Amino acid sequence: MIAFQYTRAHDVADAVRQIAADPAAKFIAGGTNLLDLMKDDVERPTRLIDISRLPLKSVEETAAGGLRIGALVPNADLAYHPLVAQRYPILASAILAGASPQLRNMASTGGNLLQRTRCYYFYDTATPCNKRDPGSGCSAISGLNRMHAILGTSEACIATHPSDMCVALAALDATVHVAGPAGARAVAVSDFHRLPENTPQHDTNLQRNEIITSVELPARGFAANYTYLKIRDRLSYAFALVSVAAALELDGSTITEARLALGGVAHKPWRDAAAEAALRGQAVAQSTFARAADVLLREAKGFAHNAFKIDLARRAIVRALTQAAAGTPQSQSDKKVS
Amino acid sequence: MAPANTPLGNKANPVPEKLPVSLTINGVERQLRVAPWTTLLDALRDHLGLTGTKKGCDHGQCGACTVLLDGRRINSCLTLAVMQDGARVTTIEGLATDGVLHPLQQAFIDHDAFQCGYCTPGQICSAVGLIAEGKAKSADEIRELMSGNICRCGAYPNIVGAIQQAMGQS
Repeated sequence: MIAFQYTRAHDVADAVRQIAADPAAKFIAGGTNLLDLMKDDVERPTRLIDISRLPLKSVEETAAGGLRIGALVPNADLAYHPLVAQRYPILASAILAGASPQLRNMASTGGNLLQRTRCYYFYDTATPCNKRDPGSGCSAISGLNRMHAILGTSEACIATHPSDMCVALAALDATVHVAGPAGARAVAVSDFHRLPENTPQHDTNLQRNEIITSVELPARGFAANYTYLKIRDRLSYAFALVSVAAALELDGSTITEARLALGGVAHKPWRDAAAEAALRGQAVAQSTFARAADVLLREAKGFAHNAFKIDLARRAIVRALTQAAAGTPQSQSDKKVS
Repeated sequence: MAPANTPLGNKANPVPEKLPVSLTINGVERQLRVAPWTTLLDALRDHLGLTGTKKGCDHGQCGACTVLLDGRRINSCLTLAVMQDGARVTTIEGLATDGVLHPLQQAFIDHDAFQCGYCTPGQICSAVGLIAEGKAKSADEIRELMSGNICRCGAYPNIVGAIQQAMGQS
């Protein structure tokens, strides 16, 4: 870790002023990802602006029947919030599938959105990485790539986004509210994270001088028919190889609305309108689910060590939709997959 | 990003001075001055001599550095001491009262819930947090909600047994 200055932001406007005044500064909130990266010299800010004391820690109901979640609400508080547990259990489940209790107590909602990839080469400053050092090359494409992406990759980067929370937010059509020098704006969560293309150094469309203030959930929570199914190398406290957030609305045995978001497979939480369209209006059946999985994975491409993810994703999608349709969501403590 | 930032330490950007921090550690208010990059873990161990909290991975992956911050369990290696100015911190040294072990400390002994003992302070502080949270009821739930604490010796069955004993008492 290199030496840095430390200052506190007194309010959101002050935070925006401070970050605009110093191009080498970064915000710190929970710090669980940023300090880890700073210890490895992957991130080298010479100023940290502490935003952890800003009043962005409440969860409030919106006039539209949804929830507005302050950017500094800790992951644990969000997962266990009664309104989230009751109305958006897919979000609670996804958060509890990620990290550890200690990390969830510190990590913030906004910080979770800004988590950086866990690609080993991104972390290893001795190797080329276009995300860390644009133009230096991608070590993963021809290297060890078991954990890497199978969808939306580019020749510049095959990293995955590591968050579980964001996969559920994508399924729920959440909106990210940000503030910047030009005022406030709202970004759909599906437009918040980016595909790598030729600029993998940009994980998101958040501008450097902007700060996330809240995340808004629409009224639809899919509390009756949902699941968050996470497949990983050990039963707990590991990043997803593949995860699936599945949410359905049913009229009898007919699917009237479907949401399908995948984690661990792309540079952003992966949604596919065509796959969801393949579910809407159809009867609940394994064949329907398998067809939707095939649609979602139609352009999936494996590399030397991760081609298994394509089959794994196909099966996880079918399993997750089966769980969601049956109203038997995956438990995050009893890991037996029903 | 490439390290485009100019390191501090030149005339225009001097290395920052140490900053004052006030922490209530195990019920005692302590004043210290630390560099901004001093983690809470390093402040406890190197500035306050409280070496019961262990440094394992120093990256939030092992849980050996777990302490209670305002009653919540956290990885002390992944927060800065300056960020926690004014906070209450409980470490393994603060659990026993008047020479009587905390029920979890006693339960770890009763169940032989360790071998080398290096992860034990973190395991016990984490379990104090777990019991305070009140979410774990079954052995499965204890295992899941203790998954942030790695035991290289593999004492997990006895750790779960110890926590179950302490939960029965509380």
